[in-house]
Amino acid sequence: MADKNGFFDLSKTNLTRRTALKGLAAGAGLAVAPGFVRYSQAQSSAPIKIGFQSHRTGIGAAYGRWYEKTTAAAIKAINDAGGINGRPVEVIIEDDGTDPGRGAEVVGKFATQHKTDIVFGTLFSHVVIGSAPAAGEAKMPYFVVSEGHHVASTKLNRYVFQPGITDVKSQIQSMAPWIAANAGKKVTQIFPDFAFGYDHRDYLPPALKAQGAEVIAQIAIPPTESSFTKYFPQIPAETEVIYHVMVGPAVLTFVKELGEFYGSNRPQLFGFIDSLEATDINSPGLEFLDGSHFWEGSPRYAQPDDSAAQKAYRAAVGIDDNGAAVGDPKDVSTAAHMFGCWETLYVVKKAMEDAGYKGPEDRAKLVEATEALTEFAEGPEHPQGPKTFNGKIHQCFGIQNISKVEGGRLNVVHKTKIEDGLYEPEGDYTTQPL
Amino acid sequence: MKDASPAKPYALHLGVIALLFALSFVLPDYHHGLLARIMVLAVFAMGYNMLFGYVGLLSLGHAMFFAAGLYGAGLAVIHLGWSVPAAFAVGILCGAVLSLVIGVLALRTSGVAFMIVTMMFAQVFYLVMLYLASWTGGDQGMVVPQPARVLSFGATSLELTNPTVRYMSALALFSIVLLVTLAIVRSRYGRVLVAIRENEERTKMLGYDTFSNKLAAVVVSGTICAASGAAYALLFGYVGSSFASVQYSILPLLWVLLGGAATTLGPLVGTLFMYYVVDITSGYTSAYLLIVGIALILLVLFFPKGILGTIRHRWLGWLP
Repeated sequence: MADKNGFFDLSKTNLTRRTALKGLAAGAGLAVAPGFVRYSQAQSSAPIKIGFQSHRTGIGAAYGRWYEKTTAAAIKAINDAGGINGRPVEVIIEDDGTDPGRGAEVVGKFATQHKTDIVFGTLFSHVVIGSAPAAGEAKMPYFVVSEGHHVASTKLNRYVFQPGITDVKSQIQSMAPWIAANAGKKVTQIFPDFAFGYDHRDYLPPALKAQGAEVIAQIAIPPTESSFTKYFPQIPAETEVIYHVMVGPAVLTFVKELGEFYGSNRPQLFGFIDSLEATDINSPGLEFLDGSHFWEGSPRYAQPDDSAAQKAYRAAVGIDDNGAAVGDPKDVSTAAHMFGCWETLYVVKKAMEDAGYKGPEDRAKLVEATEALTEFAEGPEHPQGPKTFNGKIHQCFGIQNISKVEGGRLNVVHKTKIEDGLYEPEGDYTTQPL
Repeated sequence: MKDASPAKPYALHLGVIALLFALSFVLPDYHHGLLARIMVLAVFAMGYNMLFGYVGLLSLGHAMFFAAGLYGAGLAVIHLGWSVPAAFAVGILCGAVLSLVIGVLALRTSGVAFMIVTMMFAQVFYLVMLYLASWTGGDQGMVVPQPARVLSFGATSLELTNPTVRYMSALALFSIVLLVTLAIVRSRYGRVLVAIRENEERTKMLGYDTFSNKLAAVVVSGTICAASGAAYALLFGYVGSSFASVQYSILPLLWVLLGGAATTLGPLVGTLFMYYVVDITSGYTSAYLLIVGIALILLVLFFPKGILGTIRHRWLGWLP
């Protein structure tokens, strides 16, 4: 064996010293590992601990980074204003690797090791769904910022909330009236052949039908696909609007090939900015998007009619008028979604104050207090806009923005109403035991 | 190498099981929960080790066996409302049938071709799970409802969501699989598998039907992996396609290599080591995978046969 032939031959080295060093290192590692530290503290002055389940690595890393920035800004603002119930707020971050298995472990770690008061901040749907059982079992309030329909579907459990960002079903439904009235009546959908695409596949057709428009073709693109030209001949000639929600690195190729396919004579294009979050709209290959429209949760670019609250929020988070990090124009934010972290934390603050929250023993009270909330007024705590909250399905409803790509930026051309995105509740979490 | 006395290995293995049992009462909550998960995944690694360690067949598709158990058990509860024992049995059965079919096809190849064929089958399995999203939940996955995760014995019922019940269930599965693999590798059949690994042609020449023996090993391996997947679904309440992705084919290989291929306890050691390196280092830096990588390189340099493999090579020749 190689280990017996020279440099790595342990028999010729000082095994005792190495072993001792390894032992010391291992001991030190265990000693400083947070789980082995047991301590107690007075609850009255101790910080409220928020476990932030962050996508620091994996496919969600670009979102995770901006979710962390937004969260840090919101926590600073909350602490500067006196914290929650007079107590400072502390955020403990754990990376879930954008993986549902690790996500569940992280929720368990927050519950049993860090002993946080709540868990917060998850974006990717599969991580939320993978982590939700762990949160329910630990009776840990779990506030996600995911925009998935999973919370509102009432398929999760009573401890999971989404009070800071609307869900995708509501978003799609809100887009339909504008598409039918302004873009065209005959719509072809192109979407990725996995769950994110299925939401659009399932919710858009009925929403358009209600507006007198119709989906005339649905083209699902397998997740492994890296070239799209062969799918474009499936787009019916009478198509007036192409509704596209491709996501991931392939989106640049998708847009480029769509441009090559149509040239200058294309149908209207409507997409969800999810495709291009954290991506510069002026990237080479995206020229074809000029004149097309996008859904945005919160506008990436500063708008002329931005409220004072919106301006203050952007300054606090540190994004410039183009939606990039102040001082680094290439570091484009995930503006359409990350506001949800800011707003969710203020919902948590309100619910904790309503519940007179003192510590983990009050988690059930916190759940009930959150369920009792009904609306959030637009302002510094909710800079994206006003919202209503349905405590039975743990989901908020708000306005949406439709933006047009013009002159290398996204200009908001329409804001939907809250009512546009309302739908019949599919269940009731409040009937589940606490 | 034949050990005259089976006492030492059995004493060691029973000692490990006793230690894991005792740890249940002293570990802090978090490590208690983490160890339950590690034991379930160590079963996955043990299944993998059966084929890789003892037969020398390197598969890059074992995620499909784990996921077959995961989906088999999880979907039986979600869609059919079956009880936990029935769902667990279905999960194991799914893995057994799948591994039999895959084994018959993939064992027509060997070496690099076997790796590629198993990887391709696993990819097909993964994409089929995505394709059947209306039943499987696709990439988002599905939650196994908490009220259904209960073991009932007449009037008494045990909730699998209870940390102690979960830990003991994981330990029971781990113990059974550990003792079964120990018995297999010490049996005549186990020796034949090692003989195939060392020299298949010579084993054939001695009159053994190597194909049947290898096929049996694939089925045993796949079935153990499916048991792990089924337990994972029922104990932790989530089924999703990420567990069928190529990452979950690589992980058991890594755990086994770390702990020591062809050692019965190596899979536990490897899984434990990997989990804690990730868990501790991710608390300090987001570049924890870099540290994991360095740790792996150091291990390969200093423990080329894995931790237990090297210990056996140097000091404890009787380790099974």
